[in-house]
Amino acid sequence: MSDPMNTATTPARNTKVMNRFDLTSRLVAKLKHEEAVIGGIGNTNFDLWAAGHRPQNFYMLGSMGLAFPIALGVALAQPQRRIIALEGDGSLLMQLGCLSTIASLKPKNLSMIVMDNGIYQITGAQPTPGAGSDIVAIAQGSGLANSAWAADEEDFERLVDQSLSSTMPTLIAVRIDDKPGVGATDRDPVQIRQRFMLGLGVRQEVKTG
Amino acid sequence: MAAAEGQASLQSQPETWHGVVQRTLKRNDIRLVPYVPDRVLTTLIKNLHADPFFTTFPTAREEEAVGIVSGAWMGGMRGAVLMQTSGFATLANALASLALPYQIPLIIFVSERGTLGEFNYGQSLVCRTMRPVLNSLAMEHHTATRLDEFEFICDRSIKQAIMTQAPVALILSPLLTGGKVFEK
Repeated sequence: MSDPMNTATTPARNTKVMNRFDLTSRLVAKLKHEEAVIGGIGNTNFDLWAAGHRPQNFYMLGSMGLAFPIALGVALAQPQRRIIALEGDGSLLMQLGCLSTIASLKPKNLSMIVMDNGIYQITGAQPTPGAGSDIVAIAQGSGLANSAWAADEEDFERLVDQSLSSTMPTLIAVRIDDKPGVGATDRDPVQIRQRFMLGLGVRQEVKTG
Repeated sequence: MAAAEGQASLQSQPETWHGVVQRTLKRNDIRLVPYVPDRVLTTLIKNLHADPFFTTFPTAREEEAVGIVSGAWMGGMRGAVLMQTSGFATLANALASLALPYQIPLIIFVSERGTLGEFNYGQSLVCRTMRPVLNSLAMEHHTATRLDEFEFICDRSIKQAIMTQAPVALILSPLLTGGKVFEK
């Protein structure tokens, strides 16, 4: 670990500006063990959808800020499965307390990714109040020691590989551009929930014929 | 019958409302109980922590707890959330955009503040928003006032929530719990 005193003088966002869809596609390509993925509202889950629907994907259509809490619940229910949560910086700012809850519970199977573009992209790209805030510093200060900025795409992939085998909760923050999502999730909450439960093996497909 | 079972069990201790909650949660395999506390809930929370059947912990906000039990239910683990009246007042968006449209059987216990001897004016005002919100969302809710009815209400409401995949709020009246009173 770097000297904690040094972080105050290090530029908080000394990282490349990347693209949400590209990073989401890189993440999804690494998932080989039916990992669950929770997509936060708006573009975060639109790009998850556009990266190719998987039975273990859950897409939020509201309840801004609850991607990490929902993922924590899945992680507690299925400790043998890896759970990945994708959240925007504006959404996380609404529910920072969940970082403390997750830090206190220390789930072994929860990976968190924060897509930080500093704006509410979907409502017209207004800036969030978090322009001067460092998501990783907030996470570390909340007790999530395994939190890091991804410097570039290669670093993101390295951090994802680490997080997928970590036995502590991890958080990866990435700076992203202001591009809108590539796709648009089918807005059918019951179907989303039912598919997800089938994908997690909680429910079984009804056999016909 | 649920109520009869409670009567028939051998008890050295007198029946309590929190004992009923604990027993009914267990009977329905509800293991996950995140909460934002209330003074009235103190003994229940202490007893849930002491019982290894339960995974119980505080959250920073009530909607966070709603997200957690919603995720857990989709993952195959049943949960319930404990809170007080003012906490319920923060939940309209999470109910209307998560629990209700996704048809998640969210079970919440609300310790009712703001009535029957409230000393905090803000609590008495926010209390008045609770039932209108529940009614406007057409969400099932019951107010428990009597110990002799309480196990029936709890047990049947939990089973109905799960069978119909619909949220339910169980409001714990000061008539049941004694409420929180001002003491110098």
